[in-house]
Amino acid sequence: MIRNYQTNSAEETRSLASNLGAVLRPGDTLCLIGDLGAGKTTFTQGLALGLGLPPDEPVNSPTFMLLAEHPGGRVPLFHFDVYRLPDSSALYDLAFDEYLSGDGVVVIEWADRITDALPPDRLDIAFIAVSYDTRQITVMARGERAKEILSQL
Amino acid sequence: MDILGIETSCDETSAAVLRNGRDLRSNIIASQIDLHAKTGGVVPEVASRQHVTQINAVIAEALEVAGIGLGNIGAVAVANRPGLLGALLVGVSAAKTLAYALNVPLLAVHHIEAHIYANWLVDPDIEFPVVCLVASGGHSEIFLVRGHGDYLILGRTRDDAAGEAFDKSARLLGLPYPGGIEMDRLAREGAGNPKAVPLPRAQLGPDSLDFSFSGLKTAVSYAVRDPKWAAVPKADWAASVQEAIVDALTVKTLKAAKACGVNHVLLAGGVAANSRLQTVMREACAREGLRLTVPPIRLCTDNAAMIACAGYYHLQADLVDGLDLDTRASERLA
Repeated sequence: MIRNYQTNSAEETRSLASNLGAVLRPGDTLCLIGDLGAGKTTFTQGLALGLGLPPDEPVNSPTFMLLAEHPGGRVPLFHFDVYRLPDSSALYDLAFDEYLSGDGVVVIEWADRITDALPPDRLDIAFIAVSYDTRQITVMARGERAKEILSQL
Repeated sequence: MDILGIETSCDETSAAVLRNGRDLRSNIIASQIDLHAKTGGVVPEVASRQHVTQINAVIAEALEVAGIGLGNIGAVAVANRPGLLGALLVGVSAAKTLAYALNVPLLAVHHIEAHIYANWLVDPDIEFPVVCLVASGGHSEIFLVRGHGDYLILGRTRDDAAGEAFDKSARLLGLPYPGGIEMDRLAREGAGNPKAVPLPRAQLGPDSLDFSFSGLKTAVSYAVRDPKWAAVPKADWAASVQEAIVDALTVKTLKAAKACGVNHVLLAGGVAANSRLQTVMREACAREGLRLTVPPIRLCTDNAAMIACAGYYHLQADLVDGLDLDTRASERLA
């Protein structure tokens, strides 16, 4: 199951993600794939809003820290960024598996770098910068729960 | 009294001895930067293992250079948050062990607080209030510091940190890791023209003291592919990107200082080591009649001296921690 979206500003990207965030439950996993500046962190900011985190919650790029935890919403958000990891073997030290089976929503930026470590039931979300402001966002449901989420959008 | 500081939150294993809060007796830093250059960044599991391998030797060297033995340590300060959990755990375990065995106070320090306190190693008589810019690979924040341990956040990045903006833009320009240092060097040694490529500075509204660097990243990714700029030399590229980041940091920090009516600005974090930031900030502060303190490079990048210094002020305020001390991956300072 695949859906395509086009957004024409960062605000529209956040709004799309916010709608998605509103239907997420603990245990859902979202894998964000796209180049530098394609909109992955912007999308995660919208998800945070949809998950009920306050608008002033700083959802930044966790590239340096690899993981940012955002409790305080309807469902906790665990925001991974594996940009700096060469492969999935390094995930062990981040307790990645525990987060996947935890009580929050897991978002992974640059997830295509760790494909062998991703759960089978997940949403893959690919970002392409069509122009300076326009993004093509393709959401692919892999697994039953993922299809259920996508059908609610 | 000698405080032993320990820092292992990311990719530096460091130990330092600070005497009476002022006299830095040693500051030993074992960097993993060569190791991580191969992968283009920190690998947490590798980082933890390196910390384990190096921590005892680094502590022993810090004591030896300081000319003291274990028995002379009066307190142990350690960074326990925020950072890579596996990495933090190495320093915290070492600190707990020493504090317990020597029966001395254990002082848990927030890594960002410690970066701010690097300034007190340069000038122990700083008068409050001050405005401090903390800019590093993981952080870009402006704090109003009203007293010891009293922080108010004035501005923060809404997306990428300044150091991350340096590193990611450097990657787009095809520069080697660590990109920020390389960009600084290239712009300086190549006398790069900072106006060669026009790049955006995010304002985020007239009153905002926040930063945003993701627009810059997008602009760089488009500009490098644009035939219009194909002939621009690398040094000019480096200078142009650097200027955009430095401008944003300087403008917002000065605005914060003016809004709060302080007359003293502090810099902290690894990005404070950027030579262009220091120059531009120095000129701007001189224009506005503000005092500026910039710690030397070895105290800007991750180090244990700053941990010991923050620990010293914790001890003055009786902020002592128990042996059940935990590590935390993320926690806001204010």
